[in-house]
Amino acid sequence: MSVSRRSGWIVATVTVAITMAYAYGCAPTSRPAGAIGNADAAARTYVAPGQHDEFYAFMSGGFNGQVGVYGLPSGRLLKIVPVFSQFPENGWGYSEETKPMLETTFGNIPWDDLHHTALSQTNGEDDGRWLFVNANNTPRVARIDLRTFEASEILQIPNSGGNHGSPFLTSNTEYVIASTRFSLPIPQADVPISDFKKSFKGTISFVSANAPGKMDVAFQLLVPGYNYDLARAGKGPSKDWVFFTSYNSEQAYEKLEINASKADKDFIAAINWKTLETCKKAGKGEQWPSTYAHNVMDDFTRTGHSETRKGVTVLTPQSCPNSIYFLPTPKSPHGADVDPSGEYIVAGGKLATVIPVHSFTKLLKAIEDKAYETEVDGIPVLKYEAILAGEVKDPGLGPLHTEFDGKGYAYTSVFISSEIVKWKLGTWEVVDRTPTYYSVGHLMIPGGGTTKPAGKYAVAMNKITKDRYLPTGPELTQSAQLYDISGDKMKLILDFPTTGEPHYANAIEASKIEKQQVKYYKLAENRHPQVTMAEREAGVERKGKVVHVRMTAIRSHFAPDNIEGVQVGDTVLFHITNLEQDWDIPHGFAIQGAQNAELLVMPGETRTLKWIPLSVGVFPMYCTDFCSALHQEMQGYVRVSPVGSSVPLSGNTVRAQGQAKRAAARGITLPTPPVTKAAAAHATHNP
Amino acid sequence: MNATVRSRVLLATAALALGLSLLFPLWRVSLTAPQYPEGLGMHIWAHTVSGVGPNDLQNINGLNHYIGMQTIEPESIPELKLIRPGIIAMMMLGMAAAAVGRMNWIRAWTVVLILTAVLGIADFWRWEYDYGHNLDLEHAPIQIPGMSYQPPLIGSKKLLNFTATSWPAIGGALAIASVVLGTAAAFSGGRTLTNDRHERVRKVA
Repeated sequence: MSVSRRSGWIVATVTVAITMAYAYGCAPTSRPAGAIGNADAAARTYVAPGQHDEFYAFMSGGFNGQVGVYGLPSGRLLKIVPVFSQFPENGWGYSEETKPMLETTFGNIPWDDLHHTALSQTNGEDDGRWLFVNANNTPRVARIDLRTFEASEILQIPNSGGNHGSPFLTSNTEYVIASTRFSLPIPQADVPISDFKKSFKGTISFVSANAPGKMDVAFQLLVPGYNYDLARAGKGPSKDWVFFTSYNSEQAYEKLEINASKADKDFIAAINWKTLETCKKAGKGEQWPSTYAHNVMDDFTRTGHSETRKGVTVLTPQSCPNSIYFLPTPKSPHGADVDPSGEYIVAGGKLATVIPVHSFTKLLKAIEDKAYETEVDGIPVLKYEAILAGEVKDPGLGPLHTEFDGKGYAYTSVFISSEIVKWKLGTWEVVDRTPTYYSVGHLMIPGGGTTKPAGKYAVAMNKITKDRYLPTGPELTQSAQLYDISGDKMKLILDFPTTGEPHYANAIEASKIEKQQVKYYKLAENRHPQVTMAEREAGVERKGKVVHVRMTAIRSHFAPDNIEGVQVGDTVLFHITNLEQDWDIPHGFAIQGAQNAELLVMPGETRTLKWIPLSVGVFPMYCTDFCSALHQEMQGYVRVSPVGSSVPLSGNTVRAQGQAKRAAARGITLPTPPVTKAAAAHATHNP
Repeated sequence: MNATVRSRVLLATAALALGLSLLFPLWRVSLTAPQYPEGLGMHIWAHTVSGVGPNDLQNINGLNHYIGMQTIEPESIPELKLIRPGIIAMMMLGMAAAAVGRMNWIRAWTVVLILTAVLGIADFWRWEYDYGHNLDLEHAPIQIPGMSYQPPLIGSKKLLNFTATSWPAIGGALAIASVVLGTAAAFSGGRTLTNDRHERVRKVA
């Protein structure tokens, strides 16, 4: 034996060590490198200090009930817009003016699950006027005015349980469309849940949306008791149609996880809204008793008003024939997305092994040829083969939702295999795929659901982040990932955390929104019943147990800033008018022991905080928004006396009186802002 | 002595330019600061003071209260009631002088114009001095010993965080043009002179 036993041991040990090292080295790393160099990626997302982003991205906040506004490509968070949520930061849903915006027939519902966003459209293109969002839980749709970035209107959707398939839009913003995720007894009734098949129905709602302040449920279509999921309106040749996915055609009412996943195919509902409109006009609808809230923020009083509406027009497939067809679609489809040409309807069958694409031309032909497989509750089910344009093979596991780049390609988010798959329309071949980190839900391309996508970026909205960011306890941030899709290959260029859980988003060229910004509200047009147009008009007034404080805020003082004569248990209403007429000068208002919130009052606006003092004492109030060098001096006191005290009610407006006195001594009338014609024509509302 | 046609045309133009200056602001005071990248500004008209932006004057007054400056209120400046009628009168007198065509009238008009212009500018400076120095220190939150806030008549000046820049605006430029044209008219010579020279030339020939 030429090799000694000792060296044999050494050789063996080294061999094992090398093998292990090799095997370890070949194990997949937990952090795959991006397909692009870091410096290159940084350059593509870098927006220099002082520069503006190219796109606004509006990302739904899911369970936070808000909308996050981001800049792309930087991923910088610009604003959170509270919609279906109270927001103590600025008093939304707490101030007397904004509380009515959250009224429903279930009472004041200060939260919701905001899933989807939809930018208003003209000729199938995003026009930047409004953003519509949905509330999933207590069915509502809201309009956000993109001049003010504030929710200006909220409409409750009756006969709906889980307003998930919403607020998708027809191509000229004629209708916001909304489907019920949960089928229900309609109208509501006390019935056994096991009577599901007999008693439960779904609804598809059409909300007229093109006139601000005048949203209404124009009509509803009663559909079989499935779960309705997502939707898209057609465009171009298919613009008179809307397409809704449904699942649970099994009509299971328990253990849906299994029982609703049995059928090979569920349906996409293809609905001709023009036909429904004609039927409604022809009086074929029935007026059903249902109540729902409609809340509008008035432009001039900056006060929300809630009214309860009664009755809704309901159409059925029988009363309005040829208005709805079912397109068989594999396995519980999620997204139903229409390509920019309006010809292809792409279904994201979340349990399917292919992505089926239906052809609109073939759909029309199949209807003409009556190529029906069967009929469900009077709804013709078209033959799958007769309408199919093609199937994308091997798209990954769990395709959910598809957007388009306007250059002939489609991008599908694939949840289970955590990737984006790029494929070609027409040939249906997969041309690229890239991982997401992790579990992508929806994806978004600026204008990717419109006739004119800006196919430069794609944003993946991921449900799970695990190791992608610094950990923050059991709950980790949700995440967006930005991909450069301008070339053949998708390139991951940025991760950025998002607020809430974005289910969907829209992005639009900043130029369409930037120029229309409202910088302040015109004081001259303020028609709030408790407006204080100038300091000298400020004051306090008692009406029984209610004390109205009409207070002004201007850099850097309140008038009055000392109030006496308030008594324990009084309802004190602070009506704060911000007299500033300059951009970016809001004033805040806070008082010790306020059980609701603080207020942010925009320039020219009046907002009201209710305060009920519970004990005797002197309580400070102050401005919460750093407004000026003397912001810290912007404060005052309220003296609270016992019930029945003889302390007279007074508010010191010394400063204001002094100003008026000095002006009078010089023979000057202080200017009161003139009321403009539009504002003059607007009556004040007494709340 | 009768005026030449050229002199009369120059004077008529001068009077017209002066009249036109009423349609435009005479002076512009611009203010920029780090937190006012878009700037604030005031236009001084013959009859009023206005903001360049819709609320600039209000915002300037709002800022000025920190240093105790008086509120800029056009109603409190009596001169603003006189300038417009004065300019209209001068325009009409200028037209009349051009029509009459007497050299004395033309020269007198120009001298009056220059004198009133100098007086006007001096008065403007005096108001600027008053606003900049006559501060209500009892109510001024920001007080810097020795600091005054008189904006410049022409050019730029740093006033705390603001840079104030003052220049004639279109109306001012028209008024200056009017002075130049008037002066040119005054020195364009009279017809008698020209006739004398012609005669002399003739005699020599």
